[in-house]
Amino acid sequence: MFEVNFKEKVDEIILGHNSDKKKIISIIQEVQREYHYLPEEVLVYIADTLDITHSKIYGIATFYENFSLQEKGENIIKICDGTACHVRDSIPILQAIYKELDLNDKKNTTDDMKFTVETVSCLGACGLAPVITINDVVYPKVTPESVVKLLKNIKMEATV
Amino acid sequence: MIKNYDDLISLASLYKKSLDKQRKKVLICAGTGCVAGGSLRIYEKIKSLVKENSLLVDVDLEKEEGIGVKKSGCHGFCEAGPLVRIEPYNYLYLHVKLEDCEEIVTKTLKEGKPIERLMYNVKGKTYKTQEEIPFYERQTRLVLHNCGHIDAESIQEYIGNGGYKAVAMALNMESMDVCQMVIDSGLRGRGGGGFATGRKWIQVLSQPNHPKYVVCNGDEGDPGAFMDRSIMEGDPHKVIEGMLISGYATGAHEGYIYVRAEYPLAVNRLETAINQALEYGLLGDNILNSGFSFNIHIVQGAGAFVCGEGSALTASIEGERGMPRVKPPRTVEKGLFESPTVLNNVETFANIPIIISKGVEEYKKYGIENNSGTKVFALTGNVVNTGLIEVPMGTTLREVIFDIGGGIPNDRTFKAVQIGGPSGGCLIFDEEHLNIPLSFDSLESVGAMIGSGGMVIMDEDTCMVEVARFFMSFTQRESCGKCIPCREGTKRMLDILEKITVGKGTKDDLELLYEIADTVKNTALCGLGKTAANPVLSTLEYFYDEYLAHVEDKECPAKICKGLARIFIEPSMCKGCTKCGKVCPVGAISGKVKEPHVIDSNKCIKCGACLEACPFKAIKEV
Repeated sequence: MFEVNFKEKVDEIILGHNSDKKKIISIIQEVQREYHYLPEEVLVYIADTLDITHSKIYGIATFYENFSLQEKGENIIKICDGTACHVRDSIPILQAIYKELDLNDKKNTTDDMKFTVETVSCLGACGLAPVITINDVVYPKVTPESVVKLLKNIKMEATV
Repeated sequence: MIKNYDDLISLASLYKKSLDKQRKKVLICAGTGCVAGGSLRIYEKIKSLVKENSLLVDVDLEKEEGIGVKKSGCHGFCEAGPLVRIEPYNYLYLHVKLEDCEEIVTKTLKEGKPIERLMYNVKGKTYKTQEEIPFYERQTRLVLHNCGHIDAESIQEYIGNGGYKAVAMALNMESMDVCQMVIDSGLRGRGGGGFATGRKWIQVLSQPNHPKYVVCNGDEGDPGAFMDRSIMEGDPHKVIEGMLISGYATGAHEGYIYVRAEYPLAVNRLETAINQALEYGLLGDNILNSGFSFNIHIVQGAGAFVCGEGSALTASIEGERGMPRVKPPRTVEKGLFESPTVLNNVETFANIPIIISKGVEEYKKYGIENNSGTKVFALTGNVVNTGLIEVPMGTTLREVIFDIGGGIPNDRTFKAVQIGGPSGGCLIFDEEHLNIPLSFDSLESVGAMIGSGGMVIMDEDTCMVEVARFFMSFTQRESCGKCIPCREGTKRMLDILEKITVGKGTKDDLELLYEIADTVKNTALCGLGKTAANPVLSTLEYFYDEYLAHVEDKECPAKICKGLARIFIEPSMCKGCTKCGKVCPVGAISGKVKEPHVIDSNKCIKCGACLEACPFKAIKEV
């Protein structure tokens, strides 16, 4: 069960948007920033508070790619597979990361909840292709070797 | 608080004077690319070094005080970042590292001497000033004029460089005349459609219903494009100014900027700029005492490519799923909140202040007939100089790729250019295509489109079938699912393309692929679906041989498609160590110990496990 005391925080977010139904996307965005994903209980609570149907909020939350109904890892790695990165070989980088973290295209979060790996269509840093971001910090011109090194460093820092 | 036109002009000259007083300026690029390369640390370091040094060198104190250290917008030459420009010498330093800062301060700032090793150098020639570098020399930076030259977070610098003058001028005109001026300028929407901007405005102006809205489309979702991002990050006030003028010209009092969530820096800079404009009385009530009021809100997207489409974008602002609807009614009649709405792209709005302040005649000197002005392109992929460029409409592809872009790196040859993102087409390398003047009409005639301006260069190692598959997987994923042609058609096209790239395609598949592509193009509901087939249709037209090689010879000429690779063991190199046989997941490798092994190509799934396992490099892939 998700933490029980979420109501206070979520109420605050909803009130911050004047309980306006039209601001639903901004509200969900802020909630996701808070919890890193959208727990079911919270979505239901928001829908009830704003007096919209559960199916509607579910529809919105699943329509937009940025929203996640699954809990994500502590570190979020995004591999850009936009055109520029793709033609500069982004797929071998993805495979190197999968291999290093023992993940695949069906399982994208590590068991210890430390890493989530996602591919994104374009981060808009095409001049530096191929790029990845780790927790929104952009790493330019990466190679399969350099990402493995990066990951090892993050793992080491975590254990220190 | 600026009260009127005269106030603004006198403030502008005041700021200009104090800017001129900064005899030396250090402009550190703070665009996304350079920030990723560590430019913000360089900024901090130079700032503290300048302070330290002026304290030490007391005779020069007065001189040193005039050094302005600034974070600027994107300089465009992303390949060479982090970039540091030093005025008044106009030196451009490339690939600057933290260790270089000391030398920049002591040598260039104190003594005015250039540091040649940090300068652009090609074929033994060093280019001292930014303007001399071929990448910049052949560009016409009109919209990007301020990007890289002023502090992106300072309204004073924007005003000091003539900013907000166009709004003041427009407010002294009739709304109708402002619309007419935009019509006369010939400006066409830079988001891809190429619809005449002024005509759109006049239609909104003529609507009797109120309120009206101005919406700026900053949902730049095309993979391979970052023009709008750089404008929003590097010159946010220009976008705001363009929206203000649009609001006045059409009778709207509220504006929305829809920015995709992947652009946090752009959101940040726009927020700063809006707050500054409010503070200076350039947004809000009774702007410049004209009686005109205008406010701007920022809305962040949530990751849906289809929201770049007008009716989907307005639906998303309203808190709905971003799905396009049937038109008419068009956005100018019923757009945001069912009200008349001007919807333009970021770059389009950034053109407006230029048109108003320079005048129609001057503006039309740029570009060609029916395609006036300039266009910003994101030049990426297999090209030497990647980055953001701006050229007059009508510039040829050859000039862009070879003169500005510097050609293809690593001694490869140019194969194709993909223009316009997933909605655009791939153009082949031949004289005819390279001499195409870039304009809305000429590109459409060859099955591509300007789109928002992404330009991805591909070399001989790129498989065009794979590229078509790549784009289709993108559009298929991003299809909103509302209309059947797009939802089902993109899925079927993707299936066929996948089949071809793994070597299971037939010639009949090519015909079916063409048929589906043609149907989707003609029957889909919105722009996303209508153009989704473009990459397929254009590659089928220009690279049909490559498709044939995949389906008939079962061969990928670029050696990209793994499924078509053939893996074999070179008998003379194989020592019979049996390692490969042990890792093969399907038991395709047989042979006795200490004797050469063989791979049964009918069983092989080309996973490549044996390639990695062989200690003698006896296993080859062709």
